[in-house]
Amino acid sequence: MHQLFVIFVAAVLVNNFVLVRFLGICPFLGVSKRIETALGMGVAVIFVMTLASVGTHLVYSFILVPYNLQILEYVAFILVIASLVQFVETILRKMTPALYQALGIYLPLITTNCAILGLALLNVIKGYNLLQCLIFAIGAGVGFTIALVIMAGIRERLEFSDIPQSLRGVPIALIVAGILSMAFLGFSGLVKL
Amino acid sequence: MESTFLPAVLWLAILGGSFGAVLAWASQRFAVEEDPRVEEVLEMLPGVNCGGCGCPGCREFALAVVEGKTTPGACVAGNSEMVLKICSLLGLKAEDQLPMVAVVHCQGEKKKAPELFDYDGIEDCRAAVVLAEGPKGCSYGCLGLGSCTEACPFGAITMGENGLPVVDDNLCTGCGVCVIVCPKGIIELIPKEQKIYLGCSSHDRGRKVKQVCTVGCIGCGICVKVTSGEGIRMEDNLPAIDYREGPNLVVAVHKCPQDCFVDKVKVRAKMTIGTDCDGCEQCKELCPMGAIEGKPGERHRVIREKCVGCGICVLPCPQKAIFTMGAVGYVKD
Repeated sequence: MHQLFVIFVAAVLVNNFVLVRFLGICPFLGVSKRIETALGMGVAVIFVMTLASVGTHLVYSFILVPYNLQILEYVAFILVIASLVQFVETILRKMTPALYQALGIYLPLITTNCAILGLALLNVIKGYNLLQCLIFAIGAGVGFTIALVIMAGIRERLEFSDIPQSLRGVPIALIVAGILSMAFLGFSGLVKL
Repeated sequence: MESTFLPAVLWLAILGGSFGAVLAWASQRFAVEEDPRVEEVLEMLPGVNCGGCGCPGCREFALAVVEGKTTPGACVAGNSEMVLKICSLLGLKAEDQLPMVAVVHCQGEKKKAPELFDYDGIEDCRAAVVLAEGPKGCSYGCLGLGSCTEACPFGAITMGENGLPVVDDNLCTGCGVCVIVCPKGIIELIPKEQKIYLGCSSHDRGRKVKQVCTVGCIGCGICVKVTSGEGIRMEDNLPAIDYREGPNLVVAVHKCPQDCFVDKVKVRAKMTIGTDCDGCEQCKELCPMGAIEGKPGERHRVIREKCVGCGICVLPCPQKAIFTMGAVGYVKD
């Protein structure tokens, strides 16, 4: 139990996927203009990460390992993630149109996101079991959401601040991202894995 | 190497195949019934997902159009042909989608319609109108302080040298912001094809109009008479014109005693009667300007000085002998 908690905290804060591992930078800069959309994206990422983590873990431990096919992990994981997202999207659209409306536009964006693949590969590297994979995935998703929402909050306020002409738009966003990343370095040493 | 090659190909094929099968099954099993017209509209749209219409993409726009939440004309990237096609598919009225431009129904520059007092307040029509309806003698006239030029999001309205706003038809998108801004309510959207519009908004009686403006409508009703009343009728001392019906106002421009009408076409082509004319005299009777002369049974002639190029005579001619000669032109002011 204690170990699961440590995994969770580590994924959220210490090894934040976006700000410390630098995975999923594309949506971090792309979908962080408004808090609302950032939250939507974050929820979608948590959702897909959890599913993908379990899915890839099952494929890895029941197909790749027994047949000594670890070299296939990249291509197999991408296959699993893409299919899974597509499958979930189809079902969501039929079953819960409201949820589809909320997540719909973000789901395809996440399919080929490096944060998801990175999560699946990290699971393998760290040799997590199924439960640990699950917790790690949720933690990673929550960490991603926190980073995205913080960024969106800052950028919403940046809209109204007096920024030098040459730094407006993407430059200031990148600078903010860098400072945020440094701030998150403060969490290192909070937990030891 | 050999030991992994075959199983690798095999397992990847199995994984891909089974996922594909599941997805195919799911797409069938969980297929969502969608209005087939959405797909058809989507195919007609440019499909560039520019977002100019305010929807996230072309699919959402197609959905909104089918549901009637927006009009096909809201698509910025599409041309009028596309709009007409979508309209016919959905059974919408295409005339509602005509490209519109703003026109200012006032020609009363300061020389022609003098001001009663000097306004020295905020340079904005909406501020000036609070003070005794503005400095202008005519209570309907343009104040010329340029609220519309400020408001126009496309920079299509500029202040002319005469102190009245000028709309650039090429820049105007017919968004209607100026219509809302103008405190006098003298800006209107009319179809771009309609080149003639009324340059006055005054509902005052003729006597009062003449006191405050030299180009104001005195409500004589001549324009209604000479255009046989199609799409135009007198209403409260001012012709009410339905520009969507495309009334032929060329004659009214020339018959109006006050020169109230504005014709964007500065040079209209004059008519010519060809050798096919058998002198039936129909055109002579029709011509409101009395610009056709000739004896019965002989080829008629157009008096070019009198012809204004309204084209009323062209279609009724049984011999199809009347045509235009010379160019229709716009003169830059």
